[in-house]
Amino acid sequence: MNETDITQLWVYLSAKPLTGLTITLVAYAIGFWLYQKSDRNPICNPVVIAIALIALLLKATGTPYATYFEGAQFVHFLLGPATVALAVPLFRQTETLKRALPVIAFGVLFGSLVASASTVILAWALGASPETLASLAPKSVTTPVAMGIAENIGGVPALTAVCVIATGIVGATLGPMVMNMARLKDWRARGFAMGVASHGIGTARAFQVNETAGAFSGLAMGLNTLATALTIPFLWHWIFG
Amino acid sequence: MIAAFALILVCQLFGEVVSELFDLPVPGPVIGLVLLFVGLLIKRKPPKVLTDAADNLLIHFSLLFVPAGVGVVTQIDRLKGDWLPIAAALIISTLLAMVLTALLMSKLLPKAKPGESLEDGQ
Repeated sequence: MNETDITQLWVYLSAKPLTGLTITLVAYAIGFWLYQKSDRNPICNPVVIAIALIALLLKATGTPYATYFEGAQFVHFLLGPATVALAVPLFRQTETLKRALPVIAFGVLFGSLVASASTVILAWALGASPETLASLAPKSVTTPVAMGIAENIGGVPALTAVCVIATGIVGATLGPMVMNMARLKDWRARGFAMGVASHGIGTARAFQVNETAGAFSGLAMGLNTLATALTIPFLWHWIFG
Repeated sequence: MIAAFALILVCQLFGEVVSELFDLPVPGPVIGLVLLFVGLLIKRKPPKVLTDAADNLLIHFSLLFVPAGVGVVTQIDRLKGDWLPIAAALIISTLLAMVLTALLMSKLLPKAKPGESLEDGQ
C-alpha cells in the first residue's frame, strides 16, 4: 500500500463509530497493563495513559474530537448506569453507616464544602475565568456526577473530567504522605478523607493500603457524591445568581 | 442479568425525568442512585443478579471516564490560560480538604478498635 491508500483507509475508518470505540478500549487496556506492571503505582493511572495515547493519536492523524466521540459515546453512555450502580457498594456499608451516622454525615458535608469552597476561592484569587471556576468546583466527586454539576452551574464538562481525574491522582499519590506528616493514624479517618477529597481513584488507593481505610473511603465517596450533588448547585445559584 | 440492567436503567430514567420535570440541578443518575439505595434498604437482601450487574459495571469504572477525558484536546487553550489557578486548586485544595477531613474524623469517630489504627504494627 502506498501512502495515499493508507490515508484513504484512515479517512474511511475514522468515520466509523467502531474505530473510536476500539481505540478507547485498546488504549485503556494498554494503560491498565502498564498500571499492573508498575505494581499499581497511582502515577501510572490507566485513565491518564489512555487519554494521553488517544489525544496523541487524534493529534497525529488530525482527527477532530467529535469524530472520535461518535464511537466513544457508547462507553461514555455507561457512566449514567454506573453512577446508579454505586448504590450497591454504598448499601454494603449500611452497618458502618448506622453505627456513626451523625458523625459521618457531618464529616461528609464538611469535607464536601471545604473541597469545593477552597477550590473556588483559591482559583478565583489566582485569576481563573468564571467558566474555569465552575468547572473546578465539583472536582472532588466522581467524574459523571462532577460533569453533570459543572454543566448545571456553567462550567465546561470536558475540563471538569480532566480536573476530577487529576484530583484523584493528586489525592492518591500525595494524600497519604501529607496525612503521615499531619500524624494522622486512624485508618478510618484516613480512608474517609481519601474518599471525600479524591473519589474513586483515592478509594482504589485506600483499599490497597488497608481494608478498613478502603471501606470508609468507599462510604465517604458515595455519600460525598450525594452531598455535593445536592448542595453545590443550589449554593452556586444562590451565591452567584 | 437483563432484568438487573433494566432495573438500573429504569432508576436512571426515573432520575432523569424527575430532574427534568422539577428543573433540579441534581444530575438524573444521582437521583437514580438514591432511588436504588432506598430500594435496597427496603428490600434488605438485594438479589445476587443485581449486585453482580452493579459490580460488573463498576469493576472498570475508570474506563468510562476516558471518552470525556479525551475532551481535554478541546480545552488546551483554556488550560494554557488558567494553568496556575487550576494547578493550585488541584494540589492545594485537594490536600487541604483531605487533611482537615481526616483531622475532624479522627476527633469525632468513636475510639479506634485494635487494627483500625496505624500504630498497630501495620
